[in-house]
Amino acid sequence: MYLSLRERPDAPSVPDATRRRPVGRTVVLLGCVSLLTDVSSESVAAILPLYLSVVVGLSPAAYGVVEGLYQGVSALVRLGAGWVSDRTGRPKWVAASGYGVSAVSRVLLPLVSGLGAVSAVVTADRVGKGIRTSPRDAMIAADADPEHLGRAFGVHRALDAVGAFLGPVLAFVVLWLVPGGYRSVMVLSIAFAVAGLALLVLFVPAGAGAVPVPAGPAPPRVRWRDLRSPELLRVSVVAGALGLLTVGDGFVYLVLLESGGFAAHWFPVLYVGTSAAYLLLALPVGRLADRCGRARVLVVGHLALAAAYAGATLLATRSVAVGTVATVLLLGLFYAATDGVLAAVAGQAVPVRARASGIALAQTVVAVARLLSAVGFGVLWLVVGPTVALLGVAAGLVLLVPAALRLLAPASR
Amino acid sequence: MSRRTRPAAFAALCLALAGGSTAYVLQERADTQERISSPPSVPVATSPAAAEGPVLVFRHTGVDQEYGVVATVPLADPSGPRSFTGVVCDRVDATATTRSCLRTGRGVVTSYDALVLDADWEETGSAPLPGLPSRTRLSPDGSLVATTAFVSGHSYLTRGFSTATEVRRVGGASYGNLEEFALEIDGEPAAPRDRNVWGVTFADDDRIFYATVGTRGRTYLVRGDLVERTLETVADDVECPSLSPDGTRIAFKQADGRGSGRRWTPAVLDLATGERTVLSGEERNVDDQLAWLDDDTVLYGVPRPDEPGVSDVWSLDTDPDAEPELLVEQAWSPGVVR
Repeated sequence: MYLSLRERPDAPSVPDATRRRPVGRTVVLLGCVSLLTDVSSESVAAILPLYLSVVVGLSPAAYGVVEGLYQGVSALVRLGAGWVSDRTGRPKWVAASGYGVSAVSRVLLPLVSGLGAVSAVVTADRVGKGIRTSPRDAMIAADADPEHLGRAFGVHRALDAVGAFLGPVLAFVVLWLVPGGYRSVMVLSIAFAVAGLALLVLFVPAGAGAVPVPAGPAPPRVRWRDLRSPELLRVSVVAGALGLLTVGDGFVYLVLLESGGFAAHWFPVLYVGTSAAYLLLALPVGRLADRCGRARVLVVGHLALAAAYAGATLLATRSVAVGTVATVLLLGLFYAATDGVLAAVAGQAVPVRARASGIALAQTVVAVARLLSAVGFGVLWLVVGPTVALLGVAAGLVLLVPAALRLLAPASR
Repeated sequence: MSRRTRPAAFAALCLALAGGSTAYVLQERADTQERISSPPSVPVATSPAAAEGPVLVFRHTGVDQEYGVVATVPLADPSGPRSFTGVVCDRVDATATTRSCLRTGRGVVTSYDALVLDADWEETGSAPLPGLPSRTRLSPDGSLVATTAFVSGHSYLTRGFSTATEVRRVGGASYGNLEEFALEIDGEPAAPRDRNVWGVTFADDDRIFYATVGTRGRTYLVRGDLVERTLETVADDVECPSLSPDGTRIAFKQADGRGSGRRWTPAVLDLATGERTVLSGEERNVDDQLAWLDDDTVLYGVPRPDEPGVSDVWSLDTDPDAEPELLVEQAWSPGVVR
């Protein structure tokens, strides 16, 4: 099916100028939109627990009750938005509505105080994220030269990660300038969200990612049949199976904590370190994927994850510093090799007219697999202990990767 | 909009956003600085607190230069002038000899600490907390301290929460995280994965305590034993227990439902008979670990709906028809030193 992408000289949406440039203007624009949006969402996320408990007077316990719901809602919305995006051929406006929903939720956040209202606002933010992800990735896939798809996603994810990195920094600086200035952080967050939305609406071409509709009475539209492509099935099965062996970062940091024995308040630094590694590695790994095969990098990237698990256990017990740095770097490498690359591979696995739906499906499968994995790993943790559990999962990954390569890599580039 | 006007429109929008939000930040900064440099609006004791006599210890929540500082008032005159201790705490508990203080430290990374202080509010020990401070209680003789913190581990996919509750001997060793104690639900050994313990209250024998265990969406009152390292369920639907001074009753918050609309109402459980009295005279949502003023009255903090960060301490008789009364304004986390 990926062949359909290579046979795209007939697709007039990509001008020759874009074709020669390695990364298109739309990709950079979408990256900047994500950067601004991530500054907005991550700055608020950094203060939300403190704001809710100190100012609103909600205990995180109450707040945590609804967390499970979000995941399900977000997955459904993502599939639906991918479908609508393909069906209407207007990924820009589907994505814009997603960014818009999140921006509106930012405006409402400082105004609400009850638990129900806060949950509704936070849910709206997640729904917005669910809506925008797959149409945006479809636009990136459409804009990029197929030869350099990995690089295009690498650029986008690097810009995205810069935003995720700057958001908490912004929140910290504001709270340092204005003690207790949660509302200041929220107002700045609104400004960044609106700027991101405006950048998308004003500058990303309406035709970006849209499938050109040939003149005629019955334009070909996306059908469920398009999603039954054997290629997408393979990608989803392999990514899902690997997702089942992907333990949440939180667990890995907990193991590091136990084997390394450092204070719990360094937790956020581990997250920031992982984001930084991801930020730096997204582009080079994307390029590598273009050169060596994206499916191959997607699969082999999970060996970095296995190595991170080993780092958090075996290495960290010998030397805390080395083990910690290695784990954080390897986790960043894993995200660089899998997050954007998955969208690139899934987008290639379906006909162009079903791209957003295909990307949404693969991302949802992985998300659900990782949720299951979190539950399963929790049980394993309790039964055999953290170190053995993590090493067991790492061994599983090492065994699964060759099989996954055989299934996926020969079939795609 | 034409190609040429778009960049101009975007630049204008960005300028407006930058200008507007900067103005807001500066305004809030100016407001905050004015407020945090103003003296408290409540009466303040002119002479240092008398060390003798029963007092109520609490966190002062007036937005002024003493915001967050622990203060005391004599039990005989709770609405009278308060004495400030100079110690800033999120949660505080006190006995005649010992004080426990949970604190959020701002820095490059936000740190959370559990401090132990002596009768003169001098720090005698500290331990790091794994997350946002939630509850703390001392045993009646001040020899044991319990702390509960929220641990929020968020990853790229999940944002869950859990609690970490620890009991330590003041000036001595820790009994560890209570999740590691052997749990029995309705007499059967149980080892559920999603197990959280929070809200400890101590009996006066240096050994027995009560706490909440949450697992599989349910909450239980458990009776804990520090020597046997066990937790045994005693009742359902009891959160944040607080043992009365005479040791016969448990005050707690009772959830009136599940999910996002959940609210809590104060209630009292008689340990001997199992009889439970919901104090429905209190109609607001009470999310606090109750404290006993005496054998018939409980205390708790309620945030003011219209003033962020400000809360008051209310008292409520344990008679089911009693109405809450305002005891100390601009206060949070009450503790009684008898």
